[in-house]
Amino acid sequence: MNIHTIADHLNSLADNSDTGMNFDCQPISGEVDVLQITILGREELPIFVSVTDDQILCISYLWGTDEVKSECVSNMHESMLEMNIPMPLSSFAKIGDKYVVFGALSTNSSFTDIEHELAVLSNNALEVIDDMSDYLL
Amino acid sequence: MSIFKKIMTAIRGGASEAGEAIIDANATRIFEQEIRDAGNHLTKAKRDLTGVMAEQMSAKRDITRLEKEIHEHEGYAGQALEKGDETLALAVAEKIATLESELADQQQALESFTGNADRLKELVKKSERQINEHKRQLSMVKTTESVQKATSAITDNFSSSNSKLLSAKDSLERIKAKQQKFDDKMKAAEVLESENSDTSLAAQLKAAGIGEQNSNANSVLDRIKAKQK
Repeated sequence: MNIHTIADHLNSLADNSDTGMNFDCQPISGEVDVLQITILGREELPIFVSVTDDQILCISYLWGTDEVKSECVSNMHESMLEMNIPMPLSSFAKIGDKYVVFGALSTNSSFTDIEHELAVLSNNALEVIDDMSDYLL
Repeated sequence: MSIFKKIMTAIRGGASEAGEAIIDANATRIFEQEIRDAGNHLTKAKRDLTGVMAEQMSAKRDITRLEKEIHEHEGYAGQALEKGDETLALAVAEKIATLESELADQQQALESFTGNADRLKELVKKSERQINEHKRQLSMVKTTESVQKATSAITDNFSSSNSKLLSAKDSLERIKAKQQKFDDKMKAAEVLESENSDTSLAAQLKAAGIGEQNSNANSVLDRIKAKQK
């Protein structure tokens, strides 16, 4: 499993995905291969997929530390920790100065698993921003 | 320091800047080499274990054989004594003594082989656990690095394509607006469709002469005639 096989599969789905979402894949070149996946109608919140030795990482960037109301940081962290388990398949994390939601899959996952993961991750990201918007500028 | 803590310290220390490695590449290589070495030791330990277990089995076989022989010779000695042949009995007894000392040797060897085998088995298990643990730690380091490299690739891509990253709220608003627009379109299409089906039904009714009919000259004339009466 690498980002190219994932891209080929998602692109071949076109309108026929089980999740009803239409994925568009764009590889980003760099030291590590990354696949940028945009979902039709949700172009503002792309998902980035990278494949390491033992896992497939799917990451969606939520907001930067500069977007958080300074007096809300601690409350927001608490809410995120509390939400972490109820939130299906995805978890919160922080990369540099950006908060993210991510899901990690085994490299032995099926294409259906990956597609499901991406759909759930995208829904989670939207819902989280909506639910946490009180903490944000 | 645990790998977990090292990663945490490195990230806190600002190593999360693009391009800067969490734990220098050399250290990662050394760690990988250590895992490979441990793997080699494990293979060797497993080979040693096989050897010891083979010897253990052979000692067990010898012991069974010796015990059987001793038992047999004891029978012979008894028979010689019954026949009154003391000399023969003594010769047999000497043979038994030799066999017994051989048995004692083998029993001691078996004990030592068993001890060795147990120790090696324990060692193999321990090494396997350790290797798995090291692999897990290495995977943590590599994943952290991979995520950082991926992040810098993503950041570079955004800055090179000149597309400004929207704030989370703006993104959400735009996605919601798009969704609303899509929903509106769907609703409009539905309304349109139902209207179409209404008109077609009315047309069918009219054709069948049911419901409101268009007035024509004859019906108007009929109405006027009726009034004049």
